[in-house]
Amino acid sequence: MQLRDKVAIITGGASGIGRASALLFAKEGAAVLIADLNQAAGQALEREISSSGHRAAFQACDVTQATECRRVVERALQQFGRVDILFNNAGIIRRATVLDLSEEDWDRVMHVNVKSIFLMSKAAIPVMARQGGGVIINTASGWGLSGGAKAAVYCASKGAVVLLTKAMAVDHGPQNIRVNCICPGDTDTNMLRSEAEQLGEVTHHFLADAARRPLGRVGQPAEIAQAALYLASDASGFVTGTALVVDGGGLAGSV
Amino acid sequence: MRLRDKVAIITGGTSGIGAATADLFAKEGARVVLTGRNEQRGRAIVDRIGGSAAMFVSTDVSRADDCRRAVTQAVDKFGRLDILFNNAGIFYAHDAIECTEEEWDEQIDVSLKGTFLMSKYALPHMIRQGSGVIVNNSSGWGLVGGDKAVAYCAAKGGVVLLTKAMAIDHGRQGIRVNCVCPGDVDTPMLPQDAKFRGLRWDDYLAGAANRPMGRVGSPEEIAKVVLFLASDDSSFMTGAAVAVDGGGTAD
Repeated sequence: MQLRDKVAIITGGASGIGRASALLFAKEGAAVLIADLNQAAGQALEREISSSGHRAAFQACDVTQATECRRVVERALQQFGRVDILFNNAGIIRRATVLDLSEEDWDRVMHVNVKSIFLMSKAAIPVMARQGGGVIINTASGWGLSGGAKAAVYCASKGAVVLLTKAMAVDHGPQNIRVNCICPGDTDTNMLRSEAEQLGEVTHHFLADAARRPLGRVGQPAEIAQAALYLASDASGFVTGTALVVDGGGLAGSV
Repeated sequence: MRLRDKVAIITGGTSGIGAATADLFAKEGARVVLTGRNEQRGRAIVDRIGGSAAMFVSTDVSRADDCRRAVTQAVDKFGRLDILFNNAGIFYAHDAIECTEEEWDEQIDVSLKGTFLMSKYALPHMIRQGSGVIVNNSSGWGLVGGDKAVAYCAAKGGVVLLTKAMAIDHGRQGIRVNCVCPGDVDTPMLPQDAKFRGLRWDDYLAGAANRPMGRVGSPEEIAKVVLFLASDDSSFMTGAAVAVDGGGTAD
């Protein structure tokens, strides 16, 4: 039980990496506040976790809206009494070059992937500071460290997440708040399938291509959740401002 | 004359690094198009360089229409577009608690979205020509974090990765995309930062000089690196983030 009596907020918590993390964090003893746009999936996950004897609650939330972000933090306090862990995981992707990308899609990706972290952190940090500490984990990407084709705004947003992580680590270390990010490689989620669709590719071809990395396969959401657990737990007690690469060796080189 | 007959757009070209780059590019034979929000300062620099080799376009780079117009006017006047220096940026010294949503949006939109929008409208001309160079102004704080600079760090980290993504997308079209990452440079942004932080200028400078080379940089020193990245001297470089910071990110 690595997170006994901790309270964790997970944005984008109803599917993919967020869902796997909610399940794992709950199993490790945390009460989990699932924040997501998708009400049906969020409520189903809340029931799934609750019925296995762990604590969970769902709060519908558009993380690009400041008032809704504040409401998520208030709900966690109301329901579970504190906030120890904030996992800023909500994210979307648009596969396009700057030439093909519309201004609307630029804004949407930047708001969901980056501004949401600013807004959620802004709401949660005062609570953590009052409690004497806390942990923030942000989902960046391998493409927040190196570039990718037809992913201009996604790269821009994830590069921003990496540096926002470092900036917040500098600002809030003295308040005993650790801030780190995870840089997953291709992971078997709905987002990956949506990428194949956006690029007009057949999913299994796309998955095969994505697997040209040292470990020869894409990652599973549960494997990324394990990395989030490490960063959320005391096992990483002296770790802040880092970008943890979890990508089957993709950034190390291709086979 | 390393930029003879080249046409360059420099955003945020009316002060600091942008103005120093405009002067240097003009000296090296380029015709320069300056964009900015301060008409008076823009006109003064155009007068200094000479109207046949320079022009000013009043532009808010966070607005798509303004960016499109700046590119169109540059191509209308000088016939081509070889170099885009995305230099416009703003800075508020705030942590996540202090930074308002409006300040967040303004910084991201000017420093990061502006780079997207200007590139979006400049690239088709460069692709048609079969060549072009984009230089983006990131920051040492696009590589490492700094205190009280959340939106600035986010924007500049975004610039580094947008640089790499565009380098990948447009390399085969003959376009190189790189960024410079300046440390503290003696520009109007620096005393403004000191003021934000409530520090006396002398104390601030002493703190800023706490780096291997023991001093802040001058705009001309950054301009020289931008010239290198804009010229054929860097012909095999793309997707790179070049630190120009007196060693600040080395330690």
